[in-house]
Amino acid sequence: MSDLAAWLLTDRPQSRRQAAFGRLYAGWLSFARNRLAMVGLALVVALVLIAALAPWIAPFPPSIGELSARLQPPSAQHWFGTDDQGRDILSRLIHGSRITLYVVVLVAVLAAPIGLLVGTAAGYAGGWLDAVLMRITDIFLAFPRLILALAFVAALGPGIENAVIAIAITSWPPYARIARAETLTIRQADYISAVKLLGASPVRIVLRHVMPLCVPSVIVRVTLDMAGIILTAAGLGFLGLGAQPPMPEWGAMIAAGRAYVLDQWWVAAAPGAAIFIVSLAFNLLGDGLRDALDPKASK
Amino acid sequence: MNATLQPPQTIGLRAEALRVVFDGFVAVDGVGFEVAPGESFGIVGESGSGKSTVLRALCGLAPLATGQVRLTGRENLPAPGSKPFRRQVQMVFQDPYGSLHPRQTVDRILAEPLAIHGIGQGDEREARIERALEEVGLGTGFRFRYPHQLSGGQRQRIAVARALILEPQVLLLDEPTSALDASVQAEVLNLLEALRQRHGLSFVMVSHDLAVVTHLCQRLMVMRGGRMVEMLSAADLAAHRVQADYTKALMQAAAGFVRAAA
Amino acid sequence: MACAMPSTRRRRSDKFRPEGVEVSEPLLTVEDLRVAYPAREGGMTEVVRGVGFTLGRERLGIVGESGSGKSQTGRAILGLTAPGGVVTAKTLRFDGIDLLSCPPKQRRALRGGRIAMVLQDPKFSLDPVMRIGAQIEETLRAHAPISARERRERTLQALADTGIEDPARVAALYPHEVSGGMGQRAMIAMMLVAGPELLIADEPTSALDVTVQLQVLGVLDRLVREGRGGKGMGLIFVSHDLRLVSSFCDRVLVMYAGRVVEEIAATELHRAQHPYTRGLLNCLPQLGAPQHPLPTLDRRPEWLNP
Repeated sequence: MSDLAAWLLTDRPQSRRQAAFGRLYAGWLSFARNRLAMVGLALVVALVLIAALAPWIAPFPPSIGELSARLQPPSAQHWFGTDDQGRDILSRLIHGSRITLYVVVLVAVLAAPIGLLVGTAAGYAGGWLDAVLMRITDIFLAFPRLILALAFVAALGPGIENAVIAIAITSWPPYARIARAETLTIRQADYISAVKLLGASPVRIVLRHVMPLCVPSVIVRVTLDMAGIILTAAGLGFLGLGAQPPMPEWGAMIAAGRAYVLDQWWVAAAPGAAIFIVSLAFNLLGDGLRDALDPKASK
Repeated sequence: MNATLQPPQTIGLRAEALRVVFDGFVAVDGVGFEVAPGESFGIVGESGSGKSTVLRALCGLAPLATGQVRLTGRENLPAPGSKPFRRQVQMVFQDPYGSLHPRQTVDRILAEPLAIHGIGQGDEREARIERALEEVGLGTGFRFRYPHQLSGGQRQRIAVARALILEPQVLLLDEPTSALDASVQAEVLNLLEALRQRHGLSFVMVSHDLAVVTHLCQRLMVMRGGRMVEMLSAADLAAHRVQADYTKALMQAAAGFVRAAA
Repeated sequence: MACAMPSTRRRRSDKFRPEGVEVSEPLLTVEDLRVAYPAREGGMTEVVRGVGFTLGRERLGIVGESGSGKSQTGRAILGLTAPGGVVTAKTLRFDGIDLLSCPPKQRRALRGGRIAMVLQDPKFSLDPVMRIGAQIEETLRAHAPISARERRERTLQALADTGIEDPARVAALYPHEVSGGMGQRAMIAMMLVAGPELLIADEPTSALDVTVQLQVLGVLDRLVREGRGGKGMGLIFVSHDLRLVSSFCDRVLVMYAGRVVEEIAATELHRAQHPYTRGLLNCLPQLGAPQHPLPTLDRRPEWLNP
């Protein structure tokens, strides 16, 4: 074992930082043992890099097309061919990854904290607060995601931001449920009684003692949900309610390619394959995270 | 030795007519006792006797339907439920694997009570944490470990350190050694006794093990089905001067198994 | 299948057998048993490191603290080691059958039928979704080709043998509906109904109240003595409680860190040689014999490799 690894995995950490890093490293080692999870992680990292470097690695501009080169099949110059407006599909995919990432991250950042807060508060407080919060959760859970998004977008007008808000609103209820279920178990534990006995206020207990234990389950669920979020955004895009042209959103690209799917199959197949690969990557990552963070598997 | 100590800060506890009801089930009914300042008091019973519930009711973790708990021995002692009460009465739980937060280091676990009560800043807090660890016989190498990196006996020592870091005068002990190996139990019992001597603490200890209770306590109460069966001194119990049949049955069981002649 | 003729010469461990116990051919022979699990950093850690003993139709106690490997030893004999664990031994023979190399089908036939195991907590060892009677009948179905009516009768008889007064009522209950002591009696009934020759009891009374413990031990004592039509069974009693084991068994093996550090007749326990055994005996508080402070165990590193 290298010196750094030995330092991280030591039995006797000398400082807070060493202990925290040590735990992260041990978690990473356990995650890294899962080959498929590493594949998922690699793909997600690739997605992030492509999105970050999009303007520099895309061979052609995504929104400007050469009408004389419409619907060209994949070739050495256009790796995935061109679409009905002569735009290079590969470049559009690369720029579209930014939109995908934007949607996924924003939904996660909006929905997860809301779900976590509602769930832990409901689970810890019990009584009428629990009942009220859970009924609100049930209301949001009852809406089919796409229908609510449609209604929202119809009310506010189409656009990627409104699509993100609509998806976030329908995504948080499952996280609230998960957080509440975990909280119900956690609050019976002796370590919570001990901290109550020390005089901690309920707010302090929920924020500093209960929530950190619910975070892993919610993270896993969010990662596994990302595939669904991407598909919903693509669905909205397909219906013309998400990203508006000429934004190279993958779902919208599939919609545009629908008319040509028989003869120029690559116009729809390329963005379809991209969605498939990214969804799969997030699924594998989520599975790997669950195995690494599962408290029953670890000591 | 099992002497009653009386340093000036020692306080005692009085419980009167405690009654605890959970969803219609009467867990504790009409239990009352007094712990003199500096005394060590034991509560013995089997599972379902309500002994742990009594302990939780003393510190407010279980709701009292009727009855009263009061600190005794001085003027102006805090009332149950208040924050100053928490500084005087603390508890050590039974299960060493469940009483420490799994995601917090020992350092964080010990700093939490200080943070809640606003005691000490920066260096002073560090000093208190290190002192607490020393008092329970653990070196500073343990300070940044997580609970899963500690043995059962070590975890229980941390639980004791956490209970004592606020310098309470009354310590409630809920079967503190029943989940530990015999050799580790001996170490923890010795530690508890030494701490009691040093700080003049009053103990209320719950156990199913008669030998452990008579070792650490001067007086004890036998409970069954939520009610008190008998109250007697440890010396009387050791000398078999017991009255209730149930207590006699417990003592016989504690004596161990006698094999039938082959 | 290798059917080795059990030898009848006196073995080293025979000198620990108290007089009057029949020195029959050994029921179980264990030599250099090792159980290893994969370690987190790679490689294997051995939790049982070379345990050996023989067992006739007598009672053997295996005592140790947590981490000593005593439960793993019992489970290895039955082939119940958790997945990932590797069991090796120079000899692991039950009545001439080599347990390490016999086919899984034969292993299964032995389990429950000729070798049985009683576990610690009936809450976790009885199937929570099956009635008690049904679970006992299932054991019979696996090991005895008899009619349904006879199965029912044998089940009720087994429950009655453990001292349960209303066997028909208890047979119809689910495990969560009975108390700990009753559940443990049901577990004993389930394990003994097929008339095994060897019983391995892993902390059978640790989860029970003190008064109930005595009752259940009495049941176990009687059944082990009178089982199989009076011939009696072999018993391996695994526990952390040295005093209890010494009062219940003929011979005691003391384990520490995966090894046997002492093997002694129960009646000779006060003359134990190894400092660990003496330490274990002395560190418990005694009613009526106060010691302040209690003597504690001074763990010497040389105990790890005797």
